[in-house]
Amino acid sequence: MSSNDREAGLLSPYRVLDLTDELGFLCGKILGDLGADVIKVERPGGDSARRLGPFYRNQPDPERSLYWFGFNDNKRGITLNLQSARGRELFLQLAAKADFIIETFSPGYLDGLDIGYAALRRINPRVVLTSITPFGQRGPYSRFEASDIEMMALSGCMSLTGDPGRPPLRVTFPQSYGWTGSYAAMGALIAHSYRQLTGEGQQVDVSAQACLLWAFSHAHTFWDLNRHVEKRAGSFMTGRSITGARMRVFWPCKDGYLNFIIYGGEAGRRTNQALVDWMDSRGAVPQFLKQKDWKTFDIAQVTQEEIDRMEEPIADFFAGVTKTEFFKEVVKRQMLGYPVASVKEIFEDPQHEARGFWQQIEHPELAMSIDYPGGFAKFSTGDCKIWRRAPLIGEHNEEIYCGEFGITKDELEKLKQDGII
Amino acid sequence: MKALDGIKVVEFAAFAAGPAVGKHLADHGATVVHVESRARPDGFRTHYPPYKDNIHGLDRSGLFALCNNDKLDITLNLKKMPEATELAKKIAAWSDVVIENFSPGTMGRLGLDYESLKKVKPDLIMLSSSNLGQTGPHAHHAGFGSQLSSLAGFTHLTGYPDGPPQILYGPYIDYIAVAYGAVAILAALDYRRRTGKGNYIDIAQYETGLQYLAPILLDYQLNGTVADRNGNRDPHAAPHGAYRCKGTDDWCAISVHSDTEWRALCRVMGDPEWSADQNFSSFEARKQNEDDLDRRIGEWTRAFTPREVMEKLQSAGVKAGVVNTMKDVYTDPQLAQRPQWVELEHPEIGKMHYQRPPFLLDKTPPGPSKRAPLLAEHNAYFYRELLGLSGQEYERLVREQVIY
Repeated sequence: MSSNDREAGLLSPYRVLDLTDELGFLCGKILGDLGADVIKVERPGGDSARRLGPFYRNQPDPERSLYWFGFNDNKRGITLNLQSARGRELFLQLAAKADFIIETFSPGYLDGLDIGYAALRRINPRVVLTSITPFGQRGPYSRFEASDIEMMALSGCMSLTGDPGRPPLRVTFPQSYGWTGSYAAMGALIAHSYRQLTGEGQQVDVSAQACLLWAFSHAHTFWDLNRHVEKRAGSFMTGRSITGARMRVFWPCKDGYLNFIIYGGEAGRRTNQALVDWMDSRGAVPQFLKQKDWKTFDIAQVTQEEIDRMEEPIADFFAGVTKTEFFKEVVKRQMLGYPVASVKEIFEDPQHEARGFWQQIEHPELAMSIDYPGGFAKFSTGDCKIWRRAPLIGEHNEEIYCGEFGITKDELEKLKQDGII
Repeated sequence: MKALDGIKVVEFAAFAAGPAVGKHLADHGATVVHVESRARPDGFRTHYPPYKDNIHGLDRSGLFALCNNDKLDITLNLKKMPEATELAKKIAAWSDVVIENFSPGTMGRLGLDYESLKKVKPDLIMLSSSNLGQTGPHAHHAGFGSQLSSLAGFTHLTGYPDGPPQILYGPYIDYIAVAYGAVAILAALDYRRRTGKGNYIDIAQYETGLQYLAPILLDYQLNGTVADRNGNRDPHAAPHGAYRCKGTDDWCAISVHSDTEWRALCRVMGDPEWSADQNFSSFEARKQNEDDLDRRIGEWTRAFTPREVMEKLQSAGVKAGVVNTMKDVYTDPQLAQRPQWVELEHPEIGKMHYQRPPFLLDKTPPGPSKRAPLLAEHNAYFYRELLGLSGQEYERLVREQVIY
């Protein structure tokens, strides 16, 4: 492993044991991106999330899950059976040396095995145990089970997405796991700050439902302040004009959709003027739009009739524009708006290449290298990046159990046969 | 004692992407100073509903309040160079952390880029959060999160298969960058504690959003597959969707990930005849007949409230969850039990629910404990008592509209 590389990370002195499923993957990965030594602890045979697609060359295989690749890089991997007494003994040995432990078991599961926070604190009072569940360790839903869609539902996210009259929607690629893992990392590091000051660890009780409340910003405050319930409005923006006018957000273009909104405010007026200039340069702007005085345009007073009249020629104009062309023009003309990009266009965006965002990581087992989305931030001192690909099942058993815990290779073999590792 | 007691943070920031980072730090005890100006107040104060009772006012914004509890609010008109610049540097020298989310280049034009601030505070930690990052050919393109969420792929992935992309409410991606921004600052603070070194952190909100999409970025690269929106469908589960319940617009999400769960669902539905049909007997069969399956399940849920459906199914081991509305989130029994909200009284807004962190720390109980500040509320306290300006100096700067 490129341990010298990892040591350039801000959190390199710290060790993390990661006992999470997909709900918590990103938490450990974030600490790993910052240089922490993250060890993914899987059950013998591998984590069940290795069955999640998509898969490399569309071949379902626990060693080829791109879901696994994408969220478990920067981790080493060992296997361990917590259901066995010897397994728990080994776990406590690992835990004694850990700074962070992250887990996503049902509330009470680890306590039932006598390796919950009470036991961990006895052997390692400094440890920060981050427990991530859909709804939290206590309370009426704490025993409920949930996957992405139930968390998106109970947090309120779905009530804001979709067409009125059709079912509320989630995002097709699961989002709750990302929100939860990243806010959990914040919680773990706040507990870490306290530990560095006082020497005391603690348990961090993360609720996915609560993390997702940030995903819709302030929609709920309309109820709190004015007893109005914000609801799904399809692909239109509401709530900006007192007349109740709604503004189109998504416009069909030559090869997909554009995100453009007739806004008010300073930036909105500048954007509207820039669009009219652009349309004018193509001879595509009707007189009434060309003559509009944007300085006095007030979005809060605008009527639906006025909006519809403005949107018609804009729609015609956008229908003849490609996403790439639109992106080029909004950047050049400093307009608000972006194309509705798919993963293909994201890959082609020159901004990422210029910032060195993609990182080529070797996959010797596939005899190739793969471009990963790189670190989440750039630091002037200390790297934030991908150091290593995700582990194969039990890839670092020998390195860690034999190398660090003095288990002989024969013992390791025996532990494997006994189904403990 | 709170986890971040003694940490001093200054925000040259507006809207969500900068201030919400400061909010999380303030919730845990950091002293956070939100800097604005009467010449240019935070945009949430000026043009972003809701305002209390639909009456616009600089101190009536719900969203400003949500992002700024437990902070001090001061004004400083940065356009009044060079005096405002010197004062801003003095504030930075007082702080441990500076957060800014202006368009890239703005802090430099104001003479407040990291290199300049480092001269007055060598171990400063500074976070710049921007749409597309501080470098690269598009760096200077400013924008809002509600549109960046489209550039970063999220809206393409949202909608019915036969329709256009759908809006994700508000500046969705901003709050992804907020989590990463707070993480970055906390890691930099830890590093400074150990090494004495400061840090400049460049966060592109765009790049933080892509962290959530890593597997489908790999899927495109390796398999050429372009991930698309597909309603509520999921490749690993059937049924998987939101089903209409008793009421006007009331829904419950249900998902079935195994044959065991399927049999449990059938039992709860009273083992209707259709459920034994071979069209639904295996995961593959259910996938093939999913439209029919959704219709039949919807016929069953229609007779019950979402809560009844959720409780029946959860007690049988089937995943189900009420589609909570924006009203329900204040009364949801689980959120109420944590409790997720704190009601605080504000002179113009009155009682409002402020948001607690989504994680509980029993040894270091977090805020919110103070309502959001009024514009310029803490000028005298901050400039005189914390920064140590003399009364004469302070009065002069107010008179000359530097502190404005």
